[in-house]
Formats: sequence, C-alpha cells, structure tokens
Amino acid sequence: MVPLNFYLILSAIIFAIGVVGVLIRRNLIVVLMSIELMLNAVNLTFIAFARHLGSMAGQVAVFFVMAVAAAEAVIGLAIIISVFRQTRTLDPQNMQLLKW
Amino acid sequence: MVLNLAGVLGWVERKGSALIQDRIGANRASVFGFAGMGLVNTLIADPLKFLTKEDFIPAAGDKLLHTLAPCMALFPALVTFAVIPFGDVLILGDRVINLQVANLNIGILYVFAMGSLGVYGIVIGAWASNNKFSLLGGVRGSAQMISYEVAMGLSVMGVLMVYATLDLQEIARDQGMLIRELLPARLDFLQPVIGWLPAWGVFLQPLAFLLFFTAAVAETKRIPFDLPEGESELVAGYHVEYSGGKFLMFFAGEFAEVVTAAGLVTTLFFGGWQVPYLMRDGFHFPWGSIWLLPHLAVVVLQVAAFTMKVLFFCWLQILLRWSVPRFRYDQVMRLGWKMMLPLALLNVAVTAVIIVAAQ
Amino acid sequence: MNAATIIFLILATLLVISSLMVVFLRRVVHCAMALVVALLLIAILFITLQAPMVGILQVMVYAGAIMVLFLFVIMFLNPTALEQPSTARWGLAVILSVLLGAFLVPLLSQYEPGENPVSSTELFGSPDVLAKSLFGEFVLPFEIASVLLLVAIIGAVVLAKREHGSDGAA
Repeated sequence: MVPLNFYLILSAIIFAIGVVGVLIRRNLIVVLMSIELMLNAVNLTFIAFARHLGSMAGQVAVFFVMAVAAAEAVIGLAIIISVFRQTRTLDPQNMQLLKW
Repeated sequence: MVLNLAGVLGWVERKGSALIQDRIGANRASVFGFAGMGLVNTLIADPLKFLTKEDFIPAAGDKLLHTLAPCMALFPALVTFAVIPFGDVLILGDRVINLQVANLNIGILYVFAMGSLGVYGIVIGAWASNNKFSLLGGVRGSAQMISYEVAMGLSVMGVLMVYATLDLQEIARDQGMLIRELLPARLDFLQPVIGWLPAWGVFLQPLAFLLFFTAAVAETKRIPFDLPEGESELVAGYHVEYSGGKFLMFFAGEFAEVVTAAGLVTTLFFGGWQVPYLMRDGFHFPWGSIWLLPHLAVVVLQVAAFTMKVLFFCWLQILLRWSVPRFRYDQVMRLGWKMMLPLALLNVAVTAVIIVAAQ
Repeated sequence: MNAATIIFLILATLLVISSLMVVFLRRVVHCAMALVVALLLIAILFITLQAPMVGILQVMVYAGAIMVLFLFVIMFLNPTALEQPSTARWGLAVILSVLLGAFLVPLLSQYEPGENPVSSTELFGSPDVLAKSLFGEFVLPFEIASVLLLVAIIGAVVLAKREHGSDGAA
C-alpha cells in the first residue's frame, strides 16, 4: 500500500500549482480553473485520509466539496459572463473599478 | 464485437433504408462481378474510400485538438460496452468465468460517466474546425447530449430502485425471477394475470423504458434528434471539416453508440441475456415442467438471446431513423427538460411509493 | 517498490504535468482540456484509494459536466482574441508558491500515522456504505447541499440573463 505521505505531498504540489495559476494568469477563466485544481488537491487529501483511517467521513466530505465546487463554478462562470458583457475583457487587471 | 457490429450496422442501415425508401441502395462496387447485395460496397469499398481520402486540417483550426476530437468521440462509445454482461457465468472445469468484461460494483454509473465524456468529442470537434456552422452544430449537439443525460439518469433510477443494485450483471440476473416471486402479499390478486411473466424491467417499469429509450436515441444524436448533424441543414454540422479516417472514426463512433444503447436497453429492461424461464440448469416453466439442459447449451442460449435482443434494438433504431421526421432544436430541448424530466421524476416517486407500500 | 507504488508514481507524474499545463498554456481551450485530463487522473487515484463511488462521481460531475460548462463559456466568449501575456508579477507569484510548497511538503511528510492503517472491508468505498453515511450521519449537510445547489441554479440563471434593451451584442 502506498504510504500516506506520498498522497499528501502530491496534494501539496497540486495545490501550490493552483495557487500559481490564480496569481499569475490574467484570464479569469483560467483563474477559475486553477481554483478547481486547488479544490481537487484538497479532495485528494480527504480521500487519502479516509482510506488510511478507515473512516467514511472523508469520502462524504469529498462528496460535499464536489457539490459546492459545482455550485461555485456555475456561479463564477455566470459572473464572468455578466462582467464580460460590461467590460468586453477577461483580464482582471482591467476590472479594478474601485480605483480611478 | 462492437466494432464488427458497427460495420455490419452500416450495411444494414444502407440497405434497410433503401428498402424503406423503395430504392435499391448501394450496389455498384463489386469484386469479380460478385456484388454480395451491397456488402462489398459497404464493408470493403467504403472503409477503403475513407481511409485513402486526403486528410486535411483547417488552416486556422487547432491542429492538436482537430486530430484528437474523433478519438474522444469514439473512445467512450467503445469503452461503455465493458460493463454490459452478455451472459451468465461460464463454468469450465472449475473456473468460473463471468461473461462480462469488467465487473464493477458501480456498473451503471460507469456507463453514465462514459456518456458524460462523450460530449467532449463533439465540443472539441466543433471548436477545432474554426467554422461557425461547425461550432453551432457542436454547441447544439453537446447541449442536447447533456440535457438527455439527465433524463437518462433519472429514468434509470426507477430500475435501480426496483432491483436494488448498481451492478449490471446483478440486474440481469435478477430479471430471471418471475414476477410471482416479487409480488407482495397485498397484490396477490394480480398473480394469475402477470405472475407468470419474468421480472423484466419493461414489465416492472414501462414508463422508464420509454423514457430511457428516447433519451438513449437522443444521446446518440440519431434522427429524430439529429439536428447537430443536420444533414440537410447544417451540412453535417460539427463534423463538416473532417475527412478520411477522422470522419470514419466519428461515423464508427455513432454506430458503436447505437450498439451500446441497444445493449443498455436490453440489459436494463429486457432481461439482458435471460431467456424466459431458463435457469442455470435448464428450463423451469411456470406450469411446473422442467427441462434440464447441459451447462454449455444454457450458456450458448443465453449469449444468443443477448445478441438477438441487441440486434433487435439496433434494427429498431435504424427503422426509427428512416421513418420519423427530425425534431427542431427548441422542440428537442423542450422535450428533454419540460416533458421527460418531470415524467422521470414522477416515475421515481411512484416507484418509491409502491416499493415502500409493498413492505 | 511494488506495483501499487509504481502506478501511483506514474499517475502522480502525469497529474503534475497536466496541472502545470493548466496553468502555463497559452490557449484557454488547451488549458481546459489539460484540466479534464487532470480530473480524470485524480478520479483514477480515487479508485485506487478504495473510493470507487466518489471516483466515478468525479468523472460524471467534475470532468463530465463542470468542464463541459467551462468549455461552453470559453466558446461563447471566445477569449482567444483577448488572451493577455501572463507576465503580471509572475516572478513574485512563483516565488511565493514555491515557498508555500516548500513549507507544506516537509510538514506533511513528517506525518506519522498513529497505528497501522485500518484494514478496510471489501465494502469500504462502495455505494452502499457511502449512501448509508450520507443518509444516516450526514443527512443534514446533504439537505443543505441540495438547497445550495438550488440556489446556485437560480443564481446562475438570474446572473446570466440578458436584460431586455441592453445594447451589448454578446
């Protein structure tokens, strides 16, 4: 059986890659995709722990995280569509409306 | 088996459609004067033609995705067949072989997962062609597919509730019981009427069968749900920019999906490999007589029964294609969301009430 | 090195490569496809971790529906013409992320499982057990999640609705 640490390290790497994506990409859709990547890294951690501790709570938690991620992706994309209609761009740098 | 059947289905489609439309169909290609009723044309000449056509990629299109899209369309259609059981166990000596390629305890969810992946072939194929008509066809096609996935899943829920398992082999096995054994005490008065029928899904869930069959035909994007391809409107829609081998893959993928849909309908609703009244050792008729058969004969009968049922449903889909006019796109969406979804939910609710009331 | 570890290492390498592709590719459609591949790999990892039900749900929901939605929006907005060079402070961001990784990784690799991993039964991740947990212990979060999804559907429809008389030709 693969030791737990391997899975945790893998999740940490994926999470860090997701953070890089959120910070450096200037396209809102790719930012949203990086957030999904981070959520999946967390899911992986949950499942790994669920298996190693023999508890189903981890898998149930992943179930709910998936539902919440679906809801968040839907709302996020709807927001992106409305913002695009207003500003015709997907670059978050151009949407700093609080600063004139 | 699926790929062979896909090829044969192509022939059946051309000759069958010709029969329905009162014409001769394809009969020009011949080998040494032997035209074989159009078989030579379809099974040999057509693939050769497709494979030797020039394979072009649109200049402004996305090269990598253009090449990848047909594979993405073909792969789920073939892979889904892995969980469909085509027979009960085969006992050779002391090895028990389960006649199902992959025995997953989540059987039917795997089918839906592969169905969800099938959308990608369309979407990416449409996008990579860099062609507005293609994109339109692709977006329509994928919206249609995801809408009918929902209806398909919900209509199967009723079946899952009745048989209480997700594993397709178990569902096929459970359909060997007679309804007599499933009837609760309160409904005993129905026993002489339907008690002698085997517990096939179509008898226990007729509405679910209709819904599922319609949704499966809509998923495969065949007429009458054909608008994404739109042979007379969108000029082959989302695969207009594909030629040669890639088009062959899309085409074969569509026929493979027909076979898969037929396989699913038989497994869920028509008993899979069950021959009515055939148990593992022979026939047990409800009026009491028993014919014992050797094990191999039973297995051969079961596999033959499965094949014949699948062929029947493939033929039914081909017949449907050439008899019914095409739905308009808004009619397709309205059917999927406003009619099939509430009906499927109603089916689930009624089934739940009956199951609870019967205990 | 047994077979399980080798499979894990192959999957992990592919997963890291596709995540990097999600973040660093230029065309958004390629990023989306890389994310689909990453999600499928994670689903395979779930299945090897004795969570078949959650793994298949991941394919069905995440890779099958959410990513199709992403692709729809990408095609609808057609942002290939709008892709900006991604050079906004990337140096600082990469340094911060490497620091994050360097902080997390040693921390996590020191985790000592208290006892030997509990040997789970055959039915551990199966639909039966998951359903019993969901409708038993966790029925309240389940109901809340369904309300959340309903709110999300309504919210998305309201947000994306085009207002009558708007001059945008989107």
